[in-house]
This record gives sequence, structure tokens and C-alpha cells, in this order.
Amino acid sequence: MTSIKSFMSRQELIGILVIAALLFVVMPLAMDIFRLNLFGKYLTYAFIAVGLVLCWGKCGILSLGQGVFFGLGGYCMAMYLKLEASTPEATAIQSTPGIPDFMDWNQITALPWFWVPFNSLTFTLAAIIIVPAIFAFIIGTAMFKRRVGGVYFAIITQAIAAILTILIIGQQGYTGGVNGITDLRTLKGWDIRTDEAKYILYYVNGALLIGVLLLSQIVLKSKLGRLLVAVRDQEDRVRFSGYDVSNIKIFVFCFAAVLSAIGGAMFTLQVGFMSPSFVGIVPSIEMVIFCAVGGRLSIFGAVYGTLLVNWAKTTFSETFPELWLFGLGALFIAVVLIFPNGLSGLYRSYVAPLVDRIVSVRPRTGRPDAPPPAAGFGAKTTTKPAE
Amino acid sequence: MRRVKDVIQTRMSRRSLLAGTAATAILAATGTVTPSLADEVNTTGLAVTDDTVQVGILHSVTGTMAISETGSVQAEKLAIEQINAMGGVLGRKIEYIQEDGASDWPTFAEKAKKLLVNDKVAAVFGCWTSASRKAVLPVFEQYNGMLYYPTFYEGLEQSPNVIYTGQEATQQIIAGIDWVSQEKGAKSFYLLGSDYIWPRTSNKIARKHIEKLGHKVVGEEYYPLGHTQFNSVINKIKLRKPDVIYAIVVGGSNVAFYKQLKAAGIDMTKEDPLLLTISVTEDEIRGIGGENIEGAYAAMKYFQSLDNENNIAFVKAFKEMWGDDVVIGDVTQAAYLGPWLWKAAVEKAGSFDIDKVRLSSPGIELTTAPEGYVRVHENHHLWSKTRIGRAQLDGQYELIYETAELMEPDPFPEGYQ
Repeated sequence: MTSIKSFMSRQELIGILVIAALLFVVMPLAMDIFRLNLFGKYLTYAFIAVGLVLCWGKCGILSLGQGVFFGLGGYCMAMYLKLEASTPEATAIQSTPGIPDFMDWNQITALPWFWVPFNSLTFTLAAIIIVPAIFAFIIGTAMFKRRVGGVYFAIITQAIAAILTILIIGQQGYTGGVNGITDLRTLKGWDIRTDEAKYILYYVNGALLIGVLLLSQIVLKSKLGRLLVAVRDQEDRVRFSGYDVSNIKIFVFCFAAVLSAIGGAMFTLQVGFMSPSFVGIVPSIEMVIFCAVGGRLSIFGAVYGTLLVNWAKTTFSETFPELWLFGLGALFIAVVLIFPNGLSGLYRSYVAPLVDRIVSVRPRTGRPDAPPPAAGFGAKTTTKPAE
Repeated sequence: MRRVKDVIQTRMSRRSLLAGTAATAILAATGTVTPSLADEVNTTGLAVTDDTVQVGILHSVTGTMAISETGSVQAEKLAIEQINAMGGVLGRKIEYIQEDGASDWPTFAEKAKKLLVNDKVAAVFGCWTSASRKAVLPVFEQYNGMLYYPTFYEGLEQSPNVIYTGQEATQQIIAGIDWVSQEKGAKSFYLLGSDYIWPRTSNKIARKHIEKLGHKVVGEEYYPLGHTQFNSVINKIKLRKPDVIYAIVVGGSNVAFYKQLKAAGIDMTKEDPLLLTISVTEDEIRGIGGENIEGAYAAMKYFQSLDNENNIAFVKAFKEMWGDDVVIGDVTQAAYLGPWLWKAAVEKAGSFDIDKVRLSSPGIELTTAPEGYVRVHENHHLWSKTRIGRAQLDGQYELIYETAELMEPDPFPEGYQ
């Protein structure tokens, strides 16, 4: 238990157990496969929201371009699946059989070189992590080493999202253009469209999300996590203490990017296609909204926020096909006006005290809320984190 | 009936199973007194009862595409209301479940799946852009649904689960180009369009056909959806002096394009150069403004101004239902055909089963179509005439020419790929 306690308070342990129970027990029992698959789709957005909590909530870097990384992960996966679906037999009707259908429509007669490695699943899985990480590293290095931050950084990330969308749409012979990469069928011969596959993918997705939450928790409770918060609150003081602030920022930006990319890859697997409509500015801002609704300081809040917003989107639009956007708008306004700290803020001020009273019947002395001492991680930090 | 089934399910010995089946068969046979017993016309668990059948309407009513797709929704609702007034389909009233695709392709896929898996609708009327159709196509093929797709599109597709009620590219393009080169003596063409699959594929076919006729393409350019700065291409057009501007600009870009053309002094009423489009229907002219596009030619299969009995009745009914100031474009009319074609196929098959409807669809004729007579081809597209209209100041097209014969749909045209 001590090893767990070193990176997780009792509250947080409960938080993660509740999410695990929700994902693995409650939802599969409560929903038919269609709704569960939808729910799985929402969960892929939760990866982005968790990344944004670290990047924006904890470290103060607002990225309005997370769709870029979600897209990169999703496209890597889609390229592999598309190649597998484009066997010469399946595409015999084309002028050039054996290449993806949209290439044939655009008069491309040979597979472009950068598509070739995506014939390998190992390469693809590696690329899902490495491509967005490298991309984020380049952006991060270019920006943070020059001390570009705040609003300027947000605007630049937004521009990158716009550029990538235009690039994808413009190069439709290589990317599928506006339509995206559609009609994906199998993964290593395993049909991803069957109900059984959907269940399996849902559980894989859930397990990955729990893994990501644990990993984020470790990062947050480490010395690095404290530095993140310190950078957010007093960047100069961290720099004067001898830390390289830009490296900290680059790390957290890359970390968030990789999380988004994993979400993107899982999205492609569960939904069966990828298109530039997840890459651009609007979806990227939507992703920030998921995080904001959940409360940008809590990784658990981010998961619930994502689920709430997407559930609301689906339900409103099914019930009022012509008015649903107003309902969604009202929800966002309510978040900003009534509970600016999102769901986790609500939880912290109303539910947590209650839970605490119930859980810690035999309280140890003092403040049950206080984070445990960071024992295992060499407590060099002298400043107490602001939270 | 239900009790017999329960017996079958609870006691699975072969004898009782046989007995049960026999009993069901007898019940079914006696049931034919009323020819519309739900189990007979629906063996695959679709949302069909003895009095009703549910269908889906799946278009964008929010987002950038809403302005284009609203007409299709209205047309489909009108057709459904008229069919219900005539007694429905196989004696069942059509009830529709409407979903919003929100101009977002993944949402289309999600909603399509909801309609097929949750609601078990017998048919879906919907989609508009190619991107949305490509997004829902795997869903319809996997869950075996039936989609009636109304938009003129690029072809290169022929799904067993889709009936394409609009024209595919060759129907629209070849007749149009033949007409300008024969009637107007056009020799050089400037192709331009929005940058996605439909304009690109259409222009590819147009270019092949132009070259086949021995004429010349003097320029070909594409602009992103939503683009509003066309001055540079207009300058190039003025420089290269083509006989025909062949424009496949889509959506909101049209407004900027035609206004800038006019501002640059290109007067389409003088046909110098002549402008031929396949993407501007009466719906788009409302946004562009009749004064900006007056004199342009359009090649498609339907104009609101068509003077025939069917169309006069259709326009009247449409205006009664949706108000006097609506306009009806090519796609709206094609959307109106969807429910009627489906009704005819269901009644020919005597069943709502998707597989039977699919088999009975080829050869279905509609003599009451506003555009005139149409027939479903083996390849699930429609035989239809192509017409040339000229834009008027009041936003309507005046019919200039129509093909004598129905054009055969050819989604995979040999020699044009």
C-alpha cells in the first residue's frame, strides 16, 4: 500500500476505482452495444481531456490544437487499416487495384512512399506514439525555448490546427481529403465491425484510459508534477531556482500530445473512419470545452466532463434535431456562470466533504485533504504546491 | 401466435419444434385473410407494425450544410405526407424519425447507426455531401439498411444498399458539354471548382470529354470550401479568354464567386464568355442573387420552372406545405423521389425486407415524378433526362434544352477514369 499511497491519496484511489467500475461494470450492463460503442467513442475524447488537464490546468499552457495530435494518431491507425482493406481483390474495380480507393479517384497510380511503412502493424503502433511526440517536440521547442507562452501559444496552436486541416483537405490524393479515410474493415484479419469486436475494443479502450489516468497521476505526484504547478503559478521563480522551464513545458506538451494520439487511434478503431473534421480549430476548441466542463484541475473531472458533454450532444440532438445546439450552448453558459470550476469544482465543494466524512470514519490527525508527502520521489522541492 | 413461439423457444426437442413450425405455418396461412400481417411483410425485425412503418430522415438541419439540406428534408416530408394521404405503403402509415447530421460526417455515421440498429427503420432518406455518404456507407452495408441519396454526385460508387436518386457525374456533364459545343460552338474551356472529390472527379470527366471532342481546356483550378477570393482566377479567365467557364463551385463560395465575376465586368447575359455550371440550383441562387448570375447556364435534371402537370402539382403542394417563398432545386426534387421509389419497390416486393426491396428496385418506374418519367437502373441509379436552364433575374431557370432520350446512368464510365 505504501507504494500506492506515495502517488495517490485515498480520495484519488476512490476516484479511479469509481471510474473503473463505471467503465467495466456499470456501462456494459446498462447499455446495449450500440450505446456502448458510442460511449466508447466519447471515452476516446477523454484521453485528450486528461492531457489538457496536465498541460492547461496544471501547467497553464492552453493548447487550442489538440485535434492535430488526435488526428495524427487517428490517421496513422486509419492508414494501416485502409491498406489492409485495400487488397487487390477488394479493389479490383479500380484502374489501379491494390491502392486505397480515394487514391485511385485522384489518378494516383502507385502507393506514395510515406504510406508504405504503414503496411506493418508494429510500425503503425510505434508511429501512433512517436509521430505526434516528435511533432509536439518540434512545436514545443520552437515556442517554449523562445519563451512564447500564454495567448500567443494558444493562437499558434490554433493556426497549426488550421494548417494541418487545409493540408489534409488539399492533398486529397494522399489523405482522402474532406471525406477522410473511410470504410475500414479489419485489423490483422480481425473484423473490427462485429459486435464482439466492439466489446473487445471498448474494454481495451477502457483499460488504456485507466492506464493513462494512473500514469498521469504518477506524473502529477512526482517532483515534475509539482514543478508543473509551480511553472503555472510562478514561472520566473522556477526559472530563478535553476530549472529549465522550457524543458518542463515541452515535456508536458508532448505528454498531452501522445495521450491525444492514443485517443485518436482508439477512435479510428471504434468508429471505423478518420476525417479532417477532428483536426481543425472547432473540434480542438471543443476538446478544451470537455476539459473545462469537467474542471480543468482534475483528471477525473476531465473524464466526466467529456462524457457529460458528448452525452448531452447525442441526447439533445436525438430529441430536438433542429434546436439541440441551443441546449448545448446553454450547458456551456451554465458551466461558465454557475460552476466555473466544472464538475470537479462541484464535487470538491459539495460531494467531497460528504464522502470524506463517510470514508474516513477514523481520521488521522489534521487535514485529510492534504496531499501525502512525496516520499518516494526525493522531496527536494521546498515550495508547497499551490493546491 | 406469441404463445406458439414461446413453446418453440422453451421446448427444443425436434418433435415439438416441428409441431410448432407447422402450427406457425397454419396460422400464417389463415392470416393471409388480412394481407398485411406484420410478420409476413417483415421477416427481419424492422420497425413495422400492422398499421405503421418507420423510416429515417437523416440530413443536416444545423451547421453549414443546413441551408442546402433543408429543402431535401421538406421534400421528403411532403412525399411521406402525400403517401400517407393515399393510404400509406402496404396499408401502413409511414412514420419518420428525423436525425440531425449537423454538417459533421462522423455525426452522420453515428446517427445512421442509431436509425438502423436502435430504431430499425425500414429505409433512410438522407445525406447530401459525398463526405457524409462515404461516412454512412459502411454502416448501411454492415447493418443492411437502405439509403435513398438525393444529390447529384461524382459516381464511382454502386452500393447494394443505396439508391441514388440524383444524377451521377456523366449524366450531368456529357450532355451539358455536348450542348455548348454544338449549339454555342464552344472550343475552349476553363474548369474551376471547390476542392473536394465531386468537383475534381466531375472536371476529370469533363476534361476527357472536352478533349475527346477535340476542344481545349485552357485552365483548371480548385479552391477550398468556403473560399471567398476569386479575383486571381477571374483575372486569369480574362487573360485566357475561354469560350466557356465551367464552374463547379459549391456552397457559400458561390456568393463571392458570382459577385466578383460581375464586378470584374464579365457579363453572362452577353455570353462572353459563357458560363456553364452543374452546382448552382435555385436554392443557391437565393444566396447569390438573381442579378449576379443572370444569364448563366446550368446543366442538371430538374428546374422549378419545368412546365408539366406533375411538376405544377408538385410545386403547388410544396408551397402549400412550406410557404410561398420557398424555391425548389434539383436536389430537393430528387429527395422527393426517394419515398415514392421506396414505396413502389416495397409494393412490388410485397415486403419491407431490405433484401427484397433491393431486388425489386431495378426497373421501378415513376411516371409521376416532377422531372418527368424516371426508371431505376440495375446499378441503382436513375435513368433521367438532362436539361439546360438559363438563370433569370428572378432566380428561376428558363428551360433552354432537354435531351431527347433518358440518359443512362454510368457510375464507372469507361474511358473517363
